Amino acid sequence: MPELEVKHVNVYYGTNHVLQDISMTIEAHTVTALIGPSGCGKSTFLRLFNRMNDFISDFRYEGSILIQGQDIYAPQQAVEELRKRVGMVFQRPNPFPKSIYDNVTYGLVLQGVRSKAVLDEVVEKSLRQAALWEEVKNDLRKSALALSGGQQQRLCIARVLAVEPHILLMDEPASALDPISTAKIEELIYDLKQQYTILIVTHNMQQAGRVSDKTAFFNYGHLIEYDDTGRLFTQPSHEQTQNYITGRFG
Amino acid sequence: MKQRERLIEALLALSAGISVLTTGGIIVMLAVEAAHFFRQVPLGTFLTDTQWTPLFADKHFGILPLVAGTLLTTGVAIAVALPLGLIIAIYLNEYATVGFRNVIKPLLEVLAAVPTVVYGFFALTVVTPFLQRLIPSMAGFNALSAGSVMGIMILPLVSSLSEDALTAVPRALREASYALGATRLQTAMRVVVPAASSGITVSVILAISRAVGETMIVAIAAGQEPRLTANPLVPVETITTYIVQVSSGDVAYGTLEYDTIFAAGITLFILTLVLNNVGYWFRQKFREQYE
Amino acid sequence: MSNMTRNRLLDGAFRAVGLLATMLGLLLLAVFLLDILRTGLGRLNWQFLSALPSRFPERAGIYTALLGTVWIMVLTALIAVPVGLAAGVYLEEYGRKSRWSALLEINITNLAGVPSVIYGLLGLNIFVRFLRMGSSVLAASCTLALLILPILIVATREAIRAVPKTLREASFALGATRWQTIWYQVLPASMGGILTGIILALSRAVGETAPLLVLGVLAYVPFAPKSPLDEFSALPVQIFNWISRPQQAFSFNAAAAIIVLLLITFGLNGLAIFLRNRWRRHLP
Repeated sequence: MPELEVKHVNVYYGTNHVLQDISMTIEAHTVTALIGPSGCGKSTFLRLFNRMNDFISDFRYEGSILIQGQDIYAPQQAVEELRKRVGMVFQRPNPFPKSIYDNVTYGLVLQGVRSKAVLDEVVEKSLRQAALWEEVKNDLRKSALALSGGQQQRLCIARVLAVEPHILLMDEPASALDPISTAKIEELIYDLKQQYTILIVTHNMQQAGRVSDKTAFFNYGHLIEYDDTGRLFTQPSHEQTQNYITGRFG
Repeated sequence: MKQRERLIEALLALSAGISVLTTGGIIVMLAVEAAHFFRQVPLGTFLTDTQWTPLFADKHFGILPLVAGTLLTTGVAIAVALPLGLIIAIYLNEYATVGFRNVIKPLLEVLAAVPTVVYGFFALTVVTPFLQRLIPSMAGFNALSAGSVMGIMILPLVSSLSEDALTAVPRALREASYALGATRLQTAMRVVVPAASSGITVSVILAISRAVGETMIVAIAAGQEPRLTANPLVPVETITTYIVQVSSGDVAYGTLEYDTIFAAGITLFILTLVLNNVGYWFRQKFREQYE
Repeated sequence: MSNMTRNRLLDGAFRAVGLLATMLGLLLLAVFLLDILRTGLGRLNWQFLSALPSRFPERAGIYTALLGTVWIMVLTALIAVPVGLAAGVYLEEYGRKSRWSALLEINITNLAGVPSVIYGLLGLNIFVRFLRMGSSVLAASCTLALLILPILIVATREAIRAVPKTLREASFALGATRWQTIWYQVLPASMGGILTGIILALSRAVGETAPLLVLGVLAYVPFAPKSPLDEFSALPVQIFNWISRPQQAFSFNAAAAIIVLLLITFGLNGLAIFLRNRWRRHLP
């Protein structure tokens, strides 16, 4: 059974048809890059998987999205439960105005975990996974806002990993960062692939090429092409894709 | 042409200057009149004597009972307005739909538009009899019903200022919390309210200031008996009530008894001045936070 | 029960509590308006509106108090509106980032927070005694004008701020002076907001009771004011006086007079909201 299955999904904001009849299948432990010009619907598509679009008042949805065979828009699905399994990293680092420690433990505390031993262990493990432990291990009680942008973003990744999701959604996670921090995040994505299924929205073709196994190209709400990253970048089968990856628009 | 422009600017500046003159007028007037009073009553006595009986044969001039009455009614008002106002702000900001919010907010503002003398009538004729059925020992004039009605009056102030503070919290923080599996309540209590805490503090400080200076509700429903007590069930007197009681009574102008209202007035003025400026300062601080 | 279920239950519970709390304020308002109507409506008739004050509740009316309220409303507006508008225009269009304008700013914020009873003391000393106006319509109007001045200034400034900068630039580019730009462009464009502010400020002034009591405004004035220097009564003072009396019959009068006062304040507030909405649509 594939990890993720999208079947004939349509999304509307009011009368605006933002995603049109999208179908795709994503295997476990792969990195899928979602690319396309601004406003093509790729971020909306990403946010379908943890139902963050639910907060938009005129959002409407048709079709079905299955995670391990389970429809995540089924009425009996608790969104909180879903979001525990599907973590998200945002475009700009958004740590809470709390300590580093409290940021990482946030998701577990929500679930009622109170044992200090358990929390301590999770903090260390998550920060190590996010390659941040060595930099902050003596400052866990300091405010997360005192970290640099790149550190903040890795903290946000650690915060997600602490909840132990299966799937990671990343919405241009490096677009607000300097090149060195970007490289660190990309390395991290490569490591995380062993345990997680990752979907990443990116504007950066090179980045998509470097980190992903498969790439999906979106334009005007349509999924134009979805293929192995290598093939899509070297022999795209659609002219639109060709034009986009060679930088003729977007 | 140039001269005409200058003349107009001068006239406009003069008008703006009237507001400074008003402040100056208030301060000078209170200081001069209170000075008459403090020439006869030492400041130490004024601040420490536990009785306030300027109109009786056995005269005492301790402001404490009036301050206690003021703080008691204010305390009750805040106890009503703060939890209710904060819950309303959270509900409207984090739960309610835009449509619902747009209907409800102007309606809540109506509560602030009702003249306070009308609230006084409500406190005396509806709330007091109602509470007396629950607490038979309660006096006809008391801090509890005056304070609770005052709480309803300042409710829109607390809820709208708190809502401003909640709205100022970046959406990215809410999204981060929701994306980690938090419910709306968890997001509100663990992320949004703590991040908005200085703004919420402003709303409370300004609400306290408003309650301290409120006159008619307490003059009508809290009583006119200066009393150093923390019991909300007995009659008390606030600073504001005392000022109204004496100035609209038949105490002769220029006597020590009359000058007491200015001593009370300057106490009230300083109290609200301090509260307003702490609030103002806090507000500047929390504005900077998100800029 | 799992944690997830518990969290969701708490969330649902808070949703209910929140809705309840939001409705509680409105519910109390409704209870209270109904109670006033029930108590006062029976007393409200032409005789009540046209009769002079009396010590017999069933003969007493609000004729002089109502006229007094109309008088102070008009006079307060005449005094406060030009000053408030001018001060607001000065602060927004001329006030530079100087010490003086910072001082004015803090000053106005503070004035808005001064309790109304303190304004009463100021009016008592300055207008009633020093300027020998007595407890007249003029003294009360001057006092209330000072009281609503901060509200007017703030409203004027907000309305002016909403006027797009391009409008000013266009006017300056055509060779208009600063004042011509304000007079022919900025003020007409911000009139809606300013008018709303004026009406809201007046509705505040109409309901004020404490400053009037401090000024020595009486409840029993058996004639309507003929000039600004006449003594007078006002609706809130009359209401307070009736509330303070022990006889039940007077509380019917108080409720009836409250209905009239609320009609005025709600009417003014409604008008302000109407104007605000109307004017919003005109803004670019």
